[in-house]
This record gives sequence, structure tokens and C-alpha cells, in this order.
Amino acid sequence: MTAVVPFEHGLLLAVLLFAVGVAGVLARRNLIFMLMSIEIMLNAAGLAFVVAGARWGQADGQIMFILVLTLAAAEVAVALALILKLYQHFHTLDADAVSEMGG
Amino acid sequence: MIEWLWLVPLLPLAGSVVLMASRGEAPHSTVSAIGVGSVGLAAMLAIAIAAEFLGGVDAAASYTVGLGGWIAVGELSFGYSLSLDALSLVMMLVVTVVGFLIHLYSIVYMGEDEGYARFFAYMNLFMAAMLVLVLADNLLLLYLGWEGVGLCSYLLIGFWYRDPANGYAARKAFVVTRAGDTAMLIGLILLATELGTLHVDTALARAAEQWPPGSGIAVAAAALLLAGAVGKSAQLPLHTWLPDAMAGPTPVSALIHAATMVTAGMYLVARTHALFVLAPPVQLAVAVIGAASLLLAALAALGQSDIKRILAYSTMSQIGYMFLALGVGAWSAAVFHFMTHAFFKALLFLAAGALILALHHEQNIFRMGGLRRRMPGVFWAFLIGAGALAAVPLVTAGFYSKEQILTAAWSAERGGTWLWLAGLVAAFLTSVYIFRAVFIVFFGPPAARPHAEPRRLALFIPLAALSVLSVIGGFVETPPLLGRITWFSDLVGSALPAAPPHELAPGVEARLALAAAAAALGGIAVAWWLFLPRPERTRERIAERERGSPVYPALASAFGFDRLYDAVFVRPFLGLARALRGEPVDRLYDGLVWLLRASWQGAGATQTGRLRWYAAGMLAGGVIVIGIAVLA
Amino acid sequence: MMLAWLIALPAAAGVVAWLAARTSPAAARWVSLVALGAELAWLVAFWLGAPAPGADGWLAEERYAWLPRFGITVHLAVDGLSLLLVALTLFLGIVSVACSWTEIEEHPGFFHANLLWSLAGVIGVFLALDLFLFFFLWELMLVPMYFLIAIWGHENRIYSAIKFFIFTQASSLLMLASIVGLAYLGFRSTGVWSFDYFDLLGMELAPNVAMLLMLGFFIAFVVKLPAVPFHTWLPDAHTDAPTAGSVILAGVLLKTGAYGLIRFVVPLFPDAAADVAPLAMTLAVAGILYGAVLAFAQSDFKRLVAYTSVAHLGFVLLGVFAWNEAALQGAIMQMVAHGISTGGLFLVAGLLQQRLHTRDMRRMGGLWAELPRMGAVALFFAIGSLGLPGLGNFVGEFLVLLGAFTATRAFAVVAALGLVAAVIYSLILIQRSFHGDLAAPVRVRDLGTRETAYLAAMILALVWLGLRPQPVLDTARPAVAALLEPGPAIAARDARLEAASLEARR
Repeated sequence: MTAVVPFEHGLLLAVLLFAVGVAGVLARRNLIFMLMSIEIMLNAAGLAFVVAGARWGQADGQIMFILVLTLAAAEVAVALALILKLYQHFHTLDADAVSEMGG
Repeated sequence: MIEWLWLVPLLPLAGSVVLMASRGEAPHSTVSAIGVGSVGLAAMLAIAIAAEFLGGVDAAASYTVGLGGWIAVGELSFGYSLSLDALSLVMMLVVTVVGFLIHLYSIVYMGEDEGYARFFAYMNLFMAAMLVLVLADNLLLLYLGWEGVGLCSYLLIGFWYRDPANGYAARKAFVVTRAGDTAMLIGLILLATELGTLHVDTALARAAEQWPPGSGIAVAAAALLLAGAVGKSAQLPLHTWLPDAMAGPTPVSALIHAATMVTAGMYLVARTHALFVLAPPVQLAVAVIGAASLLLAALAALGQSDIKRILAYSTMSQIGYMFLALGVGAWSAAVFHFMTHAFFKALLFLAAGALILALHHEQNIFRMGGLRRRMPGVFWAFLIGAGALAAVPLVTAGFYSKEQILTAAWSAERGGTWLWLAGLVAAFLTSVYIFRAVFIVFFGPPAARPHAEPRRLALFIPLAALSVLSVIGGFVETPPLLGRITWFSDLVGSALPAAPPHELAPGVEARLALAAAAAALGGIAVAWWLFLPRPERTRERIAERERGSPVYPALASAFGFDRLYDAVFVRPFLGLARALRGEPVDRLYDGLVWLLRASWQGAGATQTGRLRWYAAGMLAGGVIVIGIAVLA
Repeated sequence: MMLAWLIALPAAAGVVAWLAARTSPAAARWVSLVALGAELAWLVAFWLGAPAPGADGWLAEERYAWLPRFGITVHLAVDGLSLLLVALTLFLGIVSVACSWTEIEEHPGFFHANLLWSLAGVIGVFLALDLFLFFFLWELMLVPMYFLIAIWGHENRIYSAIKFFIFTQASSLLMLASIVGLAYLGFRSTGVWSFDYFDLLGMELAPNVAMLLMLGFFIAFVVKLPAVPFHTWLPDAHTDAPTAGSVILAGVLLKTGAYGLIRFVVPLFPDAAADVAPLAMTLAVAGILYGAVLAFAQSDFKRLVAYTSVAHLGFVLLGVFAWNEAALQGAIMQMVAHGISTGGLFLVAGLLQQRLHTRDMRRMGGLWAELPRMGAVALFFAIGSLGLPGLGNFVGEFLVLLGAFTATRAFAVVAALGLVAAVIYSLILIQRSFHGDLAAPVRVRDLGTRETAYLAAMILALVWLGLRPQPVLDTARPAVAALLEPGPAIAARDARLEAASLEARR
């Protein structure tokens, strides 16, 4: 009989991870770090799915996690490509320095 | 002949159209032939028609010639039909004959002008419109002629278009008369909607049936028509355009602004006399307006030094007599005075025109002088005209017509002492102002060297013919004391009700006639005493003394009506136009545009382009939404 | 098939002209001229053939299926009113092709295509009896006119074109909402979708609903007319449009507004229209006086003429809402006569601009000495526009005043003041441009043969309208009678619906 991680602990971890990610997105100016923070937020959401799936003994949570993983992979690919182009164009990765789309 | 009546207005119209279509390319002689010839033919035709009419079995009848329909809507229809009765016959004859003489005169007067063809085109158009006015058998067709003569008056006052002052005078004339005309149009609409027709005889008959005398609607209709008549005939309070209208060439002043068009108001009132009989207050107003106008204009004429302005105020004053006669119900006297006035006033204008031409367009009487010897023909013509205007007893036409009006003003049921007195005082003033002009212009030492008197037949015939008419024109109607000839009133009486027979004791009548004669002769004497240049009192001294007189500013400005209207109408209108010029309504839409622009700028300000700003916004939004979902 | 051709021919000729301009610019002009000329000749022949109007005033009617699912058909019909306005459109169309002959040198093909498409739209508006089709054609005439102003216009053309477009577009959206709303209410009461004029005529509507729907139409039409205070697009659009554009705008485009009021607003919503009539007549009188004062205040020749349109169309609005025979006849007459007199003044403005390269009257004056013929023409049209008896405008204004006087005396009396004001602005126009002293010596050519020809045609038309207006009045009479007495048309419609529902039950 393995020790069961309490449901609340799992969710708390997911919330903490999400908060770390949000803080990263808001605080960092480097686009790579912002991307990594978004990944953390995604993983926080995935963790919440898994925990919830375990809590109710359903496979849906794990299926959703796999979906999130694939989404994250695709997103990272696109985002990295964009960042690469951005870097080639502006020679910087500072998000505030490229705010050319201002209204 | 009478079935050819429609040709009378059509001939000048055709002349005008041909001259316009020639676009100023026709040679001088052709223009004269068409311009004068068409009016001459019309005059001959008119005389032939008159002969037939007078020789007709029943002179009381009126003939109608229809030329098809004009406007027909619903129950109302207005056609092109002309009718001839005694009243329109007199008008037609005077208009065509005097018109022809003035056209003839214009060959000389306008001979050197570059706009020769244009002048005759306008003049012919005027003749056509005037003839339509007098011959129309319904009031809408009359209105067509009415506006047509107004247009020609505008075109001819502003004929010398290069001087903006002429243009101003022309527009003033059109706008002021249009104000009256618009009231008249409303009156016509009122008549048409209430009576169902604008055919003169039918409408008057229906009005007499439907409206009791003095009823509000009859008063309103008559008052509206009177407004039109007052505007056209330059009576108070719409008279201010006439003196300025003298900016036009002198034949125009003679034809339009003395002999014919300005008397259209008299004609309108006479034509619709039954309506005025139904509206006693309005008829009283006609008399009062006439009396006031004739006094005011006679006084104003005393203060003028421009010979044409003297004659213009004189015209206004003489039409005042006609209105006075209409107002007291002496219909035939008004028409009689119209006829004699057309003769002598046209004569005065044409003689004045000859002076002006000989003196290189000098119009100030104080710069003329001593012309009696140099221009004897013109002197005699002017003297005869002046005599007729002043109503020199027995030998002038003006005496008979004016005497008739004064007697009627005294004795008619609607007359009164005050009206008579106004007429008598004005008769005295008339003598003074016209002989003031005669003495200053023709007597004393010569002041200017005129051209030799032009010896042209085209100049001589009109002056001679009008001189003769100004003398003998009055013998068709004489007072009981002098033979009681009543040809004219018998004729006109078939169209207009005869003046109520005035039962006057022979003594009273003689005294009235004597008073009129005394006023005329006294005026001449006063003028001789005051204005005849003498060695010890030269023209310059006379002019100086005039200017020094305390009443001079009031007389010279004709009691300041121009200034009043300027302040009350012109300036506010100009101010309004200036204020609205920038299109204030558009500011409303500019405001709308500003509002939209402000709102998109506000919304656009949130789009900073900063990624972290957006992320924070999303987070805040998420928190708020979830918060609401949880708390709610 | 003939009514559809009236719309299709100019539209097709537009395409042909566009293509033909690739070979030579003259080809585009000739194609336009011939197409419009042939169509006018055909229309006049149809008119002279004196077709007997049916009991409800219609001379010809035709219907083709379009979107049967929503009961939308291509339903065209002509009565006296439409006939006169279509004839006016074609006449002014020919004149505007003639006056653009030398004025338009850039992209002549596209210019004529736009001109013809716009005319096709206008003709369609006058013929359409299906509200959806009406709206479609209403939009069709706007877009080419926008291009005419924006591409070939004068200094401020983009601003003016956009202003014109936004005003008319925004107001026509309201009309679209009303059209759909009306058709939906028809659907609810009969169970059948229909946008047909006759089906929607005389429908029972709750008063407040009728008022709302009516206002949608009303606003669209008075913006177009234009009535104060919706008129401010007009001076800008007229001033900056090329001559042909001004002639078409003033001559016929404005008339679509009045036509809409006569054809749709009052017949579809008689009670609501009666409620709004005092307001509309107030706007009309305000327009007459306001337009007159502002016309006087202008120094730009075209702008002055544009404001006179506001004043003249005020009389039309007054006549429409007086809603009796004299007033309606007067309004129709005024529409036709205004198209010619104002069109004539715009033509003179265009000719002056071509020669002097200015419209500023402060730089004109005394031009009569150099241009006596043009001066005479300008004088003629100015006199026409001040309403001199004997010319067309007088007949219109007189009948409108007559009708308005019968309906509401006060409005007629105040509107009559506009006749005095008309003298002031018309004469000041002549004074500032042709009379007075020559501002600066100019050497310019007076009217040429082509110019004389089309101006003479306009002059003759205006004189004919003034002296013999009866053919026009007679043509309009059955249509006016049917509009004033819609009972038979509604009864016929009810019988038709009855028969259709019997058919369906069987």
C-alpha cells in the first residue's frame, strides 16, 4: 500500500507552480524566460488534471495531460521560431523593447 | 380685328425673342426695325381694335380670347385668355402708344450704346409682359405679367451693369417689389382656395355673393392684394426702390417707372374693385396710403437736385393721387389720371433725357441753367409737361384729371375734408417743385455748354406727340362747370362702377375748382419767387440757401425710410448671413466625429504593445471573472 | 421585359464604355451618349404613345423571380411619377455626358462607367416596387457617385466624398432595418415572406411600431432630400463633385429622397406620416429659409447653388407632407424644374471653372463683358430658380403653396417668404459673377457649339415646363390620384391574398 498524496497537497502544488509561472511571465523581460514561465503554467494545469483524475479514479485527467503535453510541444516549437525571427530582426530578446504593435 | 387681340402682346414678345436669339450679332438698323417695329405694329393693332370696340354695338361688353390652358389642377384651372373691356382698353392703348413713342425715342437715346440689341430685347419683353398684365382675364395670368414687368424693370435698371450701384438699385427694386408681390400671391392663393377660381369677373361675383361686406376674409384678401399694388406702385411703405430705379436709362424711367409699370398697382385695385368695396377698412387704407404717399413724395421732390429723382418722387406722388381716387371710390377718375399722367410724365422724362444727353449725362439741375435759349424745343416740351403736372388750369390735361380727383375726395361718400386737404396741399407743392426745376434748369445765365439740340425725327415725334396729348388729353372729360363732357367716364363706366353722383351745389363745385386752380398757380408763383435765378441771387446762392434750411436733410433723404429699412431689414439679414456662413449645423456633426475619435483614441491607448502588460491584463480579467463566479 | 432593360441598358453600357475607352476616350463618350439617347427616345415614344393608366395609376408592370424563399422578386412598375423622374434622369444624364466631353480627361472609361451605373441605380430606384430590390438599387447608385466625387472631384474631394457616403449610408441602414422589420411583421400576420410593395401596403400596424418603422424610412429619405438639419453633406458634395456629378446629384439623386417619401413613407404608414407631418413641414420651411440665407452668404459659386437646392427641396418636402393633389403635383413639378434650373446653374459653374480655374466669386465680376452668352444663360437659370412665372419652378412653387395653404395656412405663408429670399440669392449670384466691373481682364472663349446646344435644350425644357406644364401635370395626375386614394389598391391586394390562401388550402 503506497502512501497516497493527499488531494489538497497536489492541488496546492499546482497552484504554486501556476503562481511561479505567472510571476515569471510578468516579471521577466527576456522572451525565453517568459516562454519557460508559460511552460511552467501549462505544467501546473497538467498537474491539476492528473491530481483530479487520481482523486476520482478516472483516466480523463491523464488523457488531458497528454493533450497538454502535445500542445506545449507545438507551442514551444512555434514560439521558439518566432523568438528566433524576432532576435534576428531586433537583436534583442527584451519584450518591452519590441512593443511596436502599440495602438 | 378684335379676334387678333392676342397678337398685341405677342408681337413685342416675338420681337424680344428674335432679338435675344440674334445674340447681339444683328446690325443696328435691323435691331431698330424689330425693336421699334414690333411695338409700332402692336400700337396700330391696338388702335384698330379700339376703333372696333368703340364702334361696336355694345361697348359695355367685354371680349375674351382664349389661347388654351396653362395650369389645371383638381378643380382649379388657369388659362391663357385675354379679355378686353373698357378698362383694359384704356390701359392697352396708353401702354402701346406711349410705349411706341418711347421706343422711337430710344433709337436716338440708346443709339451709341454697345448693348443696343439687349436694350430693345428687354424693352420688348417688358411691353409683352405689361400687355399681358393689362389684358389678362384671370389673376394668375395677370401675376405672370406682373412678375414679368418686375423682371424687366430689374434688367433695365441694371442695364449698365458695370456700375455696381446700378446693380444694387436694380436688386433693391426687385426685392422690395417682390415683398409686395409675395403678399399678393398669398392673396391670390386665398382667393383661389376660397372662391375656386381666379377668373376676375367670376371671382368678384362669387366674392360678392359669399362674403358679407366687411367680413374678415374679404378684408384679408383685399389687404394682401393691396400689398402687391403698393409694392409695384411705389407707395408707402414699399416706395423706397423707385428713386433708386432712376439708375436705368432715361427711356426706361419714362416707360416703366413713370408711364406704365408703376401704375399697375392702380390697375390691380381698379380691376378687383368689387373686392375692395367688400372691405371698407382696406379701401380706406388705399385712400390714406395714397394721401400720405402723395404728400411725402411731393415734399421729398422739393429736396432733390437730381432731375430724374425729382421726377421719380413726382411719379410716386401722382400715383398717390390715383390711390386716393381709388380709395374714395372714384374709379374712373383714377384711370383718367393714369392716362394723363402717362402722357405728361413720359413727356417730362423724355425731355429730361434730351437734356441729360446734351449735357454729357449731367443730372444735377444746379449744374444746368439757362437752357431755354439753347434748347428751345426741349424747353417747350418740358414746360408743357411741367404745366400739366402742376395742373395749370384749363389748358393742360393734368388739370382736368386732378380736379376730378380733388372734387371726388371732397364730395364722395368715402372722402373727407382731410383727404381733400392733403390733395390740395400736395397740388400746391407739386407746382412748387416742378417749377423749381423749370426755373433752375432753363432760366438764368447758362451754366454749361450743351451739345446742339439733336435734330432727329425719332426724338422730335415723341416729344411733339406727347406734348399735344398732354394738352388735349384732358378734354375728353371736363367738370360740369366747363361743359360737362363725360366721354371718358362713360366709356370706363362700362367696366367700373361710376363714381357716386355728387350732388354738389354749383357754388361749392366752383369753389373747389377755384381752390385747385389757385393751388397750382400759387405754387408756380412761389417757385418763381424762390427759385428763379436773378443777378442778385444766383443758382449757387439758391442751392446754398436750400442746404442751409433746417428741413433740408429730411426732404433730401425722403424722411429717412432707406436708413430705417437698412437698420430693420438689411443689416439684420446681413448679420444673420455672416453668422451662419460657417454652417453652424455642421458643428453638430463635427462634435459627433470628435466623440468617435476620442473614444477610439481611448480604446487604442490600452494597446501598448507590451506583452507583460497584456499578460497582467489577462490575469486580472481572469481573477475578476473567477471571483465573480465564486462569489456570486 | 422593357422596364428591366431601362435599368440594364445603362448598366451594360457602362461596362462597354469602360472597355471601349481602351481604344479611345471618345468611344466611351459616344457609347454613353448613344445608350442614354436611345433610352430617352424609347421612353419618350412610350410616353407619347399615351398608355392608358390602370385604375390604380400604373402604366406598366413586370415581375421576375429572384429569391423566392424570402418572397423577394424583381418587381418593376412605372406610373406617371416614375415616368417623369426617369425621363428627367435620362435627360440630365445626356447633358452630363455632354458637359464632361472636354472636362474629364483622366480615366474617361471608368468615369463614364460610374456615371452610367449611378444612373442605372437611380432609374432602378424610381422603378422598383420590391423593397429589397429598392434597397439594393439605392445602394447601387451611391457607390459609383462616391467614386465620381472622390476621383474626379475638386480640392476637397476625399473629405466630401466620404461625408456624402457616411451620411447616406448611415441613414440607409435605418431604412434597411425598417424594411426587414416591416417584412417580418408581414410574415407574422400572413405567414408568407414578402418584400413586395403591394403586399406591405395598408398593413395594420400598432401605432408605435408604425412610427418606429416610418422613422427609419423617413430619416433615410430626408437625409437624401436633404432637409435641415441633415443637409450638411450636400454643399460639400456638390461643391467638390465634377460638373456632371453635381448635375446628377442635384438633378436626380436628391429626387430619390422625395420620391421615397411620396412612394413609401406616406402610403405605407399613413397615420404615422400624418403624425410627423407638422414636424416635416417645419423642417421644410426651416430648410427654405435657412438654405436661402446660407446661399446668400457663400462666395463659392457652386456652394451658393448647392444651398439653393436646400431651399428648393424644402418646397418639395412641404408639398409632400401637405399631401393633397395640388401640393403633390407641385412637388413633382418642382422636382423636375429644380433638376433643370439648378442643373443649368451647375453647368455654368463648370464652364466658368474650366475657363477661369476658380469658383470664387470674389475673383469674378463683370464677366458679362467677356462672356455675354454665358451670362445670359446664367441669368436665365437664376431667374428660373427665383421662381419667375413662365418658367417651371414657379408652377411647382405655386402649386405647393396652394396645396400647403389648403392644408396648413401658417406654413404656406412662412414658406412664401422664401420667394423673397430667392430673389436675393439668385440676383446676388449674377451680380457677383457676371455684373459689376471686370475684376481682372480675362481673355476667355464664350460658349461653343456643343455647350450652346445642351444649354439651349435645358432652357427650352424650362420654358416648356413653365408655359405648358399641363402634359407633365396630366402625366402625374393618375399616379397622384392613386396615391391619395389607396383604397382600391389595398382592396385588390386583399383579394389577391385571399385567392392565394384558397389556392394553398386546396
